[in-house]
Amino acid sequence: MQFIKPNINLNFIGKKKIAFLLSITMVLVSFASLLIHKGPRFGIDFAGGTIIQVKFSAPVEIDAVKQGLNGTNLQFSAVQGFGAIEDNEFLIRAESTLTTDENFSSQLAEGLQTATGMATEVRRVEMVGPQVGRDLREKALLAMFYALLFITIYISGRFELKWILSGVMAGALMAAVYFFKLFDVSIPFLMAAALAVALVLFWLFELKYAMGAIVALLHDVVITVGIFSIFDKEFTLPIIAALLTIIGYSLNDTIIVFDRIRENQRRYHKDPLAIIINKSVNETLSRTLLTSLTTLIVLVALFALGGGIIHDFAFAMIIGVLIGTYSSIFVASPILLAWQGRTRRK
Amino acid sequence: MLIGVVLVAAVVYLLPTIKPTFWPYKKINLGLDLQGGMHLVLEVDSDKAVENTIERISQELRSSLRKQRIRYTALDRINGTKILVKISGTENIEAFEKLLDDEYKDLRLARSNTAETLAVTLDLPDSETDHIKKMAVEQALETIRNRIDQFGVSEPDIRNQGDKRILIQLPGIKDTQRAKELIGRTALLEFKLLDETGDVDAAIKGALPPGSELLYQIKEDPSTNRTTRIPYLVQKRALLTGAYLTDAKVQIDSQYNEPYVSIDFDKKGARIFERVTEENVKKRLAIVLDDKVYSAPVIQEKISGGSARITGNFTADEAHDLAIVLRAGALPAPVNIIEERTVGPSLGADSIRKGIISMIVGGLLVILFMFAYYNFSGLIADFALILNILLIAGGLAAFQATLTLPGIAGIILTIGMAVDANVLIFERIREEIGLGKTPRAAVDAGYQRATLTILDANVTTLIAALVLFQFGTGPIKGFAVTLSLGVLASLFTALVLTRSIFDYLLMQRKIKKISI
Repeated sequence: MQFIKPNINLNFIGKKKIAFLLSITMVLVSFASLLIHKGPRFGIDFAGGTIIQVKFSAPVEIDAVKQGLNGTNLQFSAVQGFGAIEDNEFLIRAESTLTTDENFSSQLAEGLQTATGMATEVRRVEMVGPQVGRDLREKALLAMFYALLFITIYISGRFELKWILSGVMAGALMAAVYFFKLFDVSIPFLMAAALAVALVLFWLFELKYAMGAIVALLHDVVITVGIFSIFDKEFTLPIIAALLTIIGYSLNDTIIVFDRIRENQRRYHKDPLAIIINKSVNETLSRTLLTSLTTLIVLVALFALGGGIIHDFAFAMIIGVLIGTYSSIFVASPILLAWQGRTRRK
Repeated sequence: MLIGVVLVAAVVYLLPTIKPTFWPYKKINLGLDLQGGMHLVLEVDSDKAVENTIERISQELRSSLRKQRIRYTALDRINGTKILVKISGTENIEAFEKLLDDEYKDLRLARSNTAETLAVTLDLPDSETDHIKKMAVEQALETIRNRIDQFGVSEPDIRNQGDKRILIQLPGIKDTQRAKELIGRTALLEFKLLDETGDVDAAIKGALPPGSELLYQIKEDPSTNRTTRIPYLVQKRALLTGAYLTDAKVQIDSQYNEPYVSIDFDKKGARIFERVTEENVKKRLAIVLDDKVYSAPVIQEKISGGSARITGNFTADEAHDLAIVLRAGALPAPVNIIEERTVGPSLGADSIRKGIISMIVGGLLVILFMFAYYNFSGLIADFALILNILLIAGGLAAFQATLTLPGIAGIILTIGMAVDANVLIFERIREEIGLGKTPRAAVDAGYQRATLTILDANVTTLIAALVLFQFGTGPIKGFAVTLSLGVLASLFTALVLTRSIFDYLLMQRKIKKISI
C-alpha cells in the first residue's frame, strides 16, 4: 500500500504565503483567547486549591451532589461530571486549600450519601497549597525554557557544526536569564525576554536551522496553548508534560526534513534553495504523514479509552501532533528560505 | 548475539512482576496513582522553632533575674524572635550587664540607653537562627519517620524537599485521615502548674496575669456528640516536658475499662517529676498536649518512680496513636500540610485497566496498519514493536523505576512513535528500490542513510524527556522514564534488531524480493 506516490511534487513553498497567513492568524487567535480568558486557566497544580473525585453507585443529578455539599466546608464548590457518563463520577473543586482535618472524607461521603441516596466513594483527594502552586508554575516554565535551550544548542551544533558558537549562545542566554532575575521580574516575562534574546542571537550568528526549528516549536506550543484556552481546558502538570513531548515530537519531524534538505543541498547544489526545500519536503512527506498517523492512532485510543485523568493529556498531544506535522512542512522550512532572501539582499 | 542477551535480560527482569518468586525479585513498582496511597508535602514552620528557643531563653532570663534580685521594668518577647528588657537604676543595670556577659554570651545585643534606664533588645545571631531552622527540619524528618515506622506502613518514602519541606509517600494506606493526624501532630507534652490565684473569668475577657496563659480542655460526649470547652489558667512555664520520655504504652483502666496512655520518664525526668510533685503537693498540675489540657489532677503526694498517665476518654485507636507520637517524640516546630494527593485503591485499579485497554487497542491498530501498509516488512516492524514494549517493561523493572498513569501514557505514545524509525528506514528502502537497486543494496543503503536521521530525531525527544525528568514530580517523572526507555528501546529494535532480521532473510534464506 502507498498513500503518497514516490515522485510526488506538491508545491509547498509556493503556498508559503497562505501558510504564513494561516499560522499568524492561529497565533493571534491563540493570544486573543489567552487575553480574553485572562491567561491560561491553571488547574490546582498551578493555582492551588482542592479537587475531590467521588463515585456513586448509580446515576445521580449534579444538583443532588451540590446539595450534599451543604454543611461541609466544600459548600459553593464547583461540581462537574468526570470521565465517562456511565462511571457516575464527579469532580468537586474548591479554590481554597482546605485543611482536610479530622473525619473530612467520611463526613463528605456521608453528606453526599444522604443527599443522593447512593453509596458514595471518595476516590481521590488532591490539595495543593498556593505556595506549592506558585513553585510548580515556575518550575514548569523553567522546564520548557531549558528544553528549548538544550534543543537549540543541539540543533545549531549538529546542523551547522557550530558547537562552540552554540555553547557561547547558551552561556549568553543563561547570563541574560540571571541578569533579568536580579531585577526580580516575573518568570513569564523572564522567559519571553530570554526567547527574544535567543531569536536575536540566532539572527546575528546566522544559525538559520536553529531559528527555523525554534520558530516552529514556539508556533506549536503557542497554538496548542491557545486551543486549550479556547476550549477552556485546565493546565495541569500532565499538560506541561504533553507540551514538552510535543516540543520533542515536532522537532523530530522538523529535523528529518532538515536532514533531507542538507543532503539534497550537497547533491543538487546548483538548484535554487526553494526547489531543494520543496523537493525535500516532498520526499519526506510520506514518512511525516505515516508517523503522525500511527501516533494519532494510539493517541485517539488513549483519548477515548484512557479514562478521565489522562483525557486532557491525550487531547493536548493530539493537537500538538497535528500542529507539529503542519509546522514542520509549512513553517520550519520556509523560514530557511526567508533567510536566503536576507543574505542575498546584503 | 547482543539481541539475544538484551531480550533474555528483559524477560528475566519481567518474570518477578508476573510471579514474584522468580529471581531477581524486582517487580515493576507502581506509583501512588496506580496502587493507591497518599502523597503529602509538609512545610516545617521553622520560624516557630526559633520563637520557641527565644521563649525558652526569655523564661530562663526571667528566672535568673529573679534569682539575682535584679529588678526589671519590662521583659517581653517582641516580633516573635526578639526579647526586649528594660532595667532602671545603675545598680540593677550593672548587675544585668554582668549577667549578660557571664551567661548569655551568645545573644546579639542592641542597646538604647537613656539617662536612667537601659533598654536592650536581645536576639540570636543569624548563623544560630539558620542552624536552629535547619535542625528543626532534620529533626522533624527523623521524628516523622519514626512515627510512620511505628504506625506500620510498608515502603514509605520520606525525604527532604528544598529547605523546609518534607515529602512523604505512603503507598497503599487506607486510613489517610488517621495517618495525617499522626504525622501532622506536634505532640508537645508539657506539665504545667495551674495558676490558682488568677481569675479565669477575667482572663477569658483578656486580662491575663503575667506569666500565665489560658488553655482549654475539650470534652466530647460520645452519646450527644457535643463538645464542651473547659478553660484553665495555667502558668506559662513548663515544669517538665515530653523530652524526658523513655516509653509510652497503651493500657486499659481496670475500673472504667477505658484506654489510657502510661508514660515513663528517664532518670533525669523522674528526678524532676519527683521534685515538682514534692514542692507542689495539694496544687493542681495540668497535663498539656499541644496546648490542650488533657487533665489537671491535684497532686496528692510526692510521686517517685518516674511514671505518669494521660487520660482523656480515648478510643483504642486514639490511645494507640498517642502512644506512638509520644514515643517518637515531639516535632520541634509545627508542620503544615501544603500539598496532599490521595488516590483510592479502586481508582488506581481502574486507571491500570483503562490504560491497558487503550494500550492494547492502540497497539493492535498500529500493528494492523503497519502490516497493511508494508506487507511482510510491516510484520517485521510489528515484531520489533512488541519487543519494544517488552524492553520498556523489563527496563522499568531492572532500573526499579516507578510506573505511573502518565507513564502508561508514555508507553502508549511510544507505540505510536516507535514505528517511526522503521517507517523512516522502509521509506528509504522503497526509494532505493525505486531507483532500481537490488533488494540487498536497497536495504543496506536504506539503513545507512536513515541511521543518522533516526539518531538526530530521537535525541531531541530524549532531551525533552530528560528535562521533564529533572522538573517532574512523581507521576510526571514516570512519564519521562517510560518515554526515554521507549526512545532507547526503539533505537535498539529499529537499528539492530530489524536490521539483523533483514540480513538473515537476505543472506541466509537468499530472498530475492522484499515485500515492502
